[in-house]
Amino acid sequence: MAADVTLTGLSASELAQRLRDREVSALEVAEAHLERIAAHDGVEAGGDEWVARDADALGERDVHAYLHVTAAAAREHAADVDRRRAAGEELAPLAGVPVAIKDVLTTRGVPTTCGSRMLEGWVPPYDATVTERLRAGDLVALGKTNMDEFAMGSSTENSAYGPTRNPWDLGRVPGGSSGGSAAAVAGRLAPLSIGTDTGGSIRQPAALTGIVGAKPTYGTVSRYGLVAFASSLDQAGPFARTVEDAARLHALIAGHDPRDSTSVRETAPDVLGPLREGVEGLRIGVVRELAGEGYEPGVERAFADVLERYERLGAEIVEVSLPHADYALAAYYLIAPSEASSNLARFDGVRYGLRVDAATAEEMNAATREAGFGPEVKRRIMIGTHALSSGYYDAYYLQASKVRTLIARDFAAAFEQADVLISPTSPSVSFRLGELVDDPLAMYLNDVATVPGSLAGIPALSLPAGTAPAPDDPDAALPVGLQVMAPLLRDELMYRAAWALEQDLGPLAAPTGPSALEVA
Amino acid sequence: MSLSPDEVRHVAGLARLALTDEEVAELAPQLSSILDYAEQVGEVAAEDVPASTHPFPLANVLRPDEPRPSLSREDVLAGAPEVEQDRFAVPRIVAEEG
Amino acid sequence: MSATSTAALLEGETGAWELVVGLEVHVELQTATKMWCGCSTDFGGPANTNVCPVCTGQPGALPVANEQAVADAALLGLALGCDIAEVCRFHRKNYFYPDLAKNYQISQYDVPLCHDGRLDLDVTTDEGEQVTRRVGIERLHMEEDTGKSLHVGESGRLHGAEKSLIDYNRCGIPLLEIVSDPDIRDPETAQAYLRELQAIVRTLGVSDARMEEGSIRCDANVSVRRPGEELGTRCEIKNLNSVRSLGRAVRYEARRQIDVLEAGGEIVMETRHWDEGRGVTETLRRKESVTDYRYFPDPDLVEIHSSRAWVEQLRARLPELPAASRARLQQAGLSAEQAATIVAGGLLALHDEAVAAGAEPVAVANWCTGEVTGQLSSAALTPAEAGLTGAHVAELVALIDDGTLSTKLAKDVLAGVIEERGAVPPAEVAEQRGLQQVSDEGELQGIVDEVVAANPETVEAIRGGNDKAIGALVGQVMKATRGQADPKKTNELLRAAIEA
Repeated sequence: MAADVTLTGLSASELAQRLRDREVSALEVAEAHLERIAAHDGVEAGGDEWVARDADALGERDVHAYLHVTAAAAREHAADVDRRRAAGEELAPLAGVPVAIKDVLTTRGVPTTCGSRMLEGWVPPYDATVTERLRAGDLVALGKTNMDEFAMGSSTENSAYGPTRNPWDLGRVPGGSSGGSAAAVAGRLAPLSIGTDTGGSIRQPAALTGIVGAKPTYGTVSRYGLVAFASSLDQAGPFARTVEDAARLHALIAGHDPRDSTSVRETAPDVLGPLREGVEGLRIGVVRELAGEGYEPGVERAFADVLERYERLGAEIVEVSLPHADYALAAYYLIAPSEASSNLARFDGVRYGLRVDAATAEEMNAATREAGFGPEVKRRIMIGTHALSSGYYDAYYLQASKVRTLIARDFAAAFEQADVLISPTSPSVSFRLGELVDDPLAMYLNDVATVPGSLAGIPALSLPAGTAPAPDDPDAALPVGLQVMAPLLRDELMYRAAWALEQDLGPLAAPTGPSALEVA
Repeated sequence: MSLSPDEVRHVAGLARLALTDEEVAELAPQLSSILDYAEQVGEVAAEDVPASTHPFPLANVLRPDEPRPSLSREDVLAGAPEVEQDRFAVPRIVAEEG
Repeated sequence: MSATSTAALLEGETGAWELVVGLEVHVELQTATKMWCGCSTDFGGPANTNVCPVCTGQPGALPVANEQAVADAALLGLALGCDIAEVCRFHRKNYFYPDLAKNYQISQYDVPLCHDGRLDLDVTTDEGEQVTRRVGIERLHMEEDTGKSLHVGESGRLHGAEKSLIDYNRCGIPLLEIVSDPDIRDPETAQAYLRELQAIVRTLGVSDARMEEGSIRCDANVSVRRPGEELGTRCEIKNLNSVRSLGRAVRYEARRQIDVLEAGGEIVMETRHWDEGRGVTETLRRKESVTDYRYFPDPDLVEIHSSRAWVEQLRARLPELPAASRARLQQAGLSAEQAATIVAGGLLALHDEAVAAGAEPVAVANWCTGEVTGQLSSAALTPAEAGLTGAHVAELVALIDDGTLSTKLAKDVLAGVIEERGAVPPAEVAEQRGLQQVSDEGELQGIVDEVVAANPETVEAIRGGNDKAIGALVGQVMKATRGQADPKKTNELLRAAIEA
């Protein structure tokens, strides 16, 4: 069957409409995406399961968004959706629409590596709650996407399986840690995908790849089956090419889960209902501390343009301050590694994953962990172990947890003055592969605008807000992201503000130019 | 603060990582500069501020004491590097428990 | 109730020493499911069958606290006179060990669920004096058990094993840790503390508290000092598998420490292993540097808030505790020893039922502590398993009182009741098996006459003043009636016949 290539350019909502109208079958939609993956992603296509090529066998124009493509299962599921639709069954709104899943969420029977050698070949014996919800909503899972190892990174270069490339410029990074999921959506290799965000791992890659990515209120999407990096911060969320698509996917995965003790009991906010209400009269707060020094001029120009647009749309722009935001990154880089050092202790060569043989259990553990973890993961385990250790706990972990309280209070105060807060998502546009890998601290600064909201647990998203040149290439036009933050459990407000701006800006054009991935 | 190579080795011991000498040499200055940066949190006056470990003040999330199906032994052992007598096998354990 | 009374001091070559002991007791709760997941708590079965992603530490799995375990923990805390923390939470204790699936144990740290309790113990001193000793409870906290390792190799023990095989069935079973203050001054009090804790735990029904099965475990922190001086350096004694070994180990360790100190040596802070066979403690590992567990609040779990109302609800559920039960039994006329045996032996319900059915308390107690305990323990059954009820015991006592059964026959009837698992009541057992006493005078008179006629020499001897010889005749009557003759009546009839 010749697949309709234009299908991969459609949004999830458009695909859902055509599927409902029986203009296209779910199998055709899946096939179109599989064909594009086979052509551009650097997988060994053929057979039931497609596996990404080894890093050194990847071409310079291979996006490498996927680590594992479940081609046969996707076709089978799509065909099943088509059968049930033909039989007149009432189907979920997004039934038959493909989705890609970050390789940090467990999928029963499908390898889950977390971008690490440690879990190479591990096949989880159970599904994450998010995985179950996607299945229950009849989204057709295409496969698992590349990521920074154990979600630690801002460029996807920390994947043990080679970096993902940015569809806007295949010589640049897609951001991270959910770079594979972002690049899949930006590169039309999937209309929707799931990422996870700990300090910005959905929002920053969304910004760098010119798509929409949202981190829901902490506790509204179950973490059951999300392989933990930092448990008090991790949250799964949607990637899509439109605000509405992101909201639809958000609505599908959010909801209480008794298997996650930190799952909020309140009904998840209705993010779709108020989507089109506009911003007239909405108080939009500009965070003083999340601008200025360290932000690229092109990013600042795009942000200034956003402010003008919002004003024109009838919003009230107010300036707010988060006095402790300057300490957020420092607190984050103590809290997240501390939790990670404990969460990743279970990778010891006993129950699953890699084992390096040695004479004693202790040596086997140490040798396995030495071989299985990459440099960034080791760095964070070391920082976190030190921050929790005797004599340092009070000055590091405890003090950071107190700063966290102050940051949450800052947000609560700011939300007295504004309904939503905005800032650039990332201080920079996409940088070149390899540019920051040797400078961990500079890499961490990518999260400067996203980390405060993470510590407070509030919902935040990034949507495209135009393009800007790169410092090393004045002629480039690379995506800039706008971050919209809302109070706890008011996720609908950020979608509403984002939707209004998206309508005003018009959708960001697909990547173009000689360095970009060709998009039909 | 700056971490000496010996301190790096001590932390690696706690974290059970068999770091190479090269890694220790590389990590000592990297960790030192990250910690220098992170130490900024100490500038904040927070003596009377309660520590928060969660965005939400949830409490008493409890589960009724009702059995649920377990995994099959095959599923549990499937991922294990070494299995003997339906158990997870490890080389001899040197340290004492706890 | 008296405060801690002065304990006996230990004599050394160079003067008197005082023993100081604190106990850490772990109790495995008998909830239906594990602490953090819905897996069954049975762990005797095939390896790795009661396991799931949570208790095997699969990546991504998350814990959810067991409501019943929290309630059981608080209930035991209340029984120990503890305060319940209004707010507490769970911490992670980080250490690598293959039987610990996550390489951290979820436990409690700075704020345990229960704190500041006490246990009053009745102890008999070496001099035979009855004293009451109070032992403070520092804390009671919730945690989870580890898996079990099977050490394969020549020795079968950890040392010398070639490899270890891990079964996670036990991993995640709710565990309570109860830490006493260092208030214990002699081995007898240490043993009494452990026995009393066992009795309380069983009374509450939160654990079967069997040391031999590991559902209650005890470590002892032992030190010695000169009376009135600062606490000495302590050693932690592990591998105490019975109340008896606790007493032996504490006694041995105290003497060892005194010998070391008197020889001019120093006590090294360390963990020591009790070798039951050789009756000695041995160095297990030194504690020069305290293990750095890097405790921090578990971000996967939320706080436990104990409202006053909840605590009072639990308090209202507290049953009569062993000390109160013993006092009540003693008031009813039982000896202290009988009261203790009944309460510790799990016979209180049986006793109370029998008394409620109209039997006299002391008679019931005699039966319970004697024959009932004996027969049940040789059959390795609990009263419930044997189907034995208080009504059965009351009926037995009544059958003796009205002369239907002799004591000897009553024992056979009890055995019959247990054999039938309580399905047939004593009177029926007696009847079915023909165990009633023969006290019908006519029937007995005939037998007596025959015996007297058949033993003229004995009869003459009795008539000649050898009164003891009547025993031989009674024996013959008993033999002829297969033990069912009423001994009193037999005696009367024999005397009448001889004197005739």
